[in-house]
Amino acid sequence: MLSVKDLHAEVDGKEILKGLSLEVPAGEVHAIMGPNGAGKSTLSYVLTGRQGYDVTSGKVTFEGEDLLALEPDERAAKGVFLSFQYPLEIPGVPALTFIRTALNAQRKARGEPEVSAPEFLKLARAKAGELKIDFDMLKRALNVGFSGGEKKRMEILQMAMLSPRFLILDETDSGLDIDALRIVADGVNALRSPDRAMLVITHYQRLLDYIRPDRVHVLSAGRIVASGGPELALELEREGYDKYARAAA
Amino acid sequence: MSVASAIKTGDAAELPGKRDEDWRWTDLRGLIRQVPPDSAPAAAVGAGPFDGAAEEIVVIANGEGAAHIGVDPHGDRTVALRIVSRGDGSHAARVSIDVEADGRLTLLESYEGEGSYLSQTGLVFSLGVGAQVERVVLAADDAEGVTVSEAEVQLAAEASFGQTVITGGARRQRLQTTVRHPGGHANLRLDGVYLLADKRHADLTTVVTHEGLDGVTEQLAKGVVRDQARGVFQGRIVVAEGADRTDARMGHHALILSDRAEVDARPELEIYADDVSCAHGNTVGRLDEDALFYARQRGMPDDVARALLTEAFVGEVVERIGHEPARDIAAAWVAERLRGG
Repeated sequence: MLSVKDLHAEVDGKEILKGLSLEVPAGEVHAIMGPNGAGKSTLSYVLTGRQGYDVTSGKVTFEGEDLLALEPDERAAKGVFLSFQYPLEIPGVPALTFIRTALNAQRKARGEPEVSAPEFLKLARAKAGELKIDFDMLKRALNVGFSGGEKKRMEILQMAMLSPRFLILDETDSGLDIDALRIVADGVNALRSPDRAMLVITHYQRLLDYIRPDRVHVLSAGRIVASGGPELALELEREGYDKYARAAA
Repeated sequence: MSVASAIKTGDAAELPGKRDEDWRWTDLRGLIRQVPPDSAPAAAVGAGPFDGAAEEIVVIANGEGAAHIGVDPHGDRTVALRIVSRGDGSHAARVSIDVEADGRLTLLESYEGEGSYLSQTGLVFSLGVGAQVERVVLAADDAEGVTVSEAEVQLAAEASFGQTVITGGARRQRLQTTVRHPGGHANLRLDGVYLLADKRHADLTTVVTHEGLDGVTEQLAKGVVRDQARGVFQGRIVVAEGADRTDARMGHHALILSDRAEVDARPELEIYADDVSCAHGNTVGRLDEDALFYARQRGMPDDVARALLTEAFVGEVVERIGHEPARDIAAAWVAERLRGG
């Protein structure tokens, strides 16, 4: 589904990704683990097209199409969703308005009809209930004054409502207590399906107890330096990243 | 020297210009070489923006029309005041508004212009003890028009005066409010929004003088300027000697959406009293790039994301309008301006 080949990317003229290659087939959940500064967040921003993250060489295709040639909103309409490590606060825009505008923009881009207001509210109520989010919170400005955990839950709510096909979770566990982590993981697991894939970016193994990956990759100094099954995450938790940091250097 | 006297005498030298400190960003003397001849009476004026929200409609067309609006003690009126300019002449009008003790007035004021007129309107508000006024102004002038509106407000103790001025600017436009604030737990809100495109200009100037104990003033003004438009905000709050325990807050925030647009802001607090709580904040900048990326990552094209964030930026001011039908009308007007631009 997602294919990354020898990707090089820089931020402010400094090369961060140094020949990263990765294949994520449909139906699979892949975890990217690595020490701070390895390029984990850079990878998520390059895949979603953030300004200032410049690809200098390499290829990324999504279902055979050149992903890097698309605008951020076009990638979203294709089904690429990033759950932000630090979700933005959007003053003055109620969460419901924000999500509905996004959903209808995506549908328009795909040539689908807009969702009617009653239909949308029904969906929002159902999904908020599943994620144990107070519906009244969705009438407030998105993420403004929300706690870290509430913001992460709001990301998963948006994910559930936009129903993307390729999910990137960037440090989704940071700032979550164990109960919130379970709710978020349940929300993510509910989206697992044979025609969806996920990239779970995390520093710690803890999240992977709840979202079980099919494959684990170690990202160090801008490259994937090791790949394996779920047992690789446990090994990293036990032994740390040192040996891979040395391997990359 | 004033715009009103220049129109009356036909002498352009009477117009304020850049040598007058308070008018340096709204130079009329340099713009108008000759005062246009007196406007002919305006014929048809059509419908006004607040017609459906008011119980009574007062029209002043090319300077002609009712000159007094009164509210009896404990009375309650909702009045649409339409100030209509048609054609290429000049005209001036003066309106006095008296709200007696504990009376309530909702004044929904609109400036509606077509042509390259020079228009001046002087409004004198007098509020009795405990009187409550909400003034909502929608200024939809012509791109070629020149409009000056000068309101003077005299508050009494325990009165409240809430104002929201929303404008799309004009060739040159000054919407000024001067308030004498007696303190005495009287409450003042002076909000404003300017949305400017093309070569339009708008100047929101307010002067508040706190003259007694325990006065409250809050002000929030926001602007969005694009193309070669120019927004001016001058907000002065004076806390006179003896006006202790004054609580005054002023905020002005503007978005500049093109390199050639301009915003000139001068927030001023002059404090001669003790134990006051005063604050002001002033920012001029662009849309937050991080928020824009976030919205685009969720699927909004660039123009949709910008419109949503810009509307939200201005919405914070519009939401403070108390009169619900007027708030809805104002919100729709703002949305149309922002999406059209």
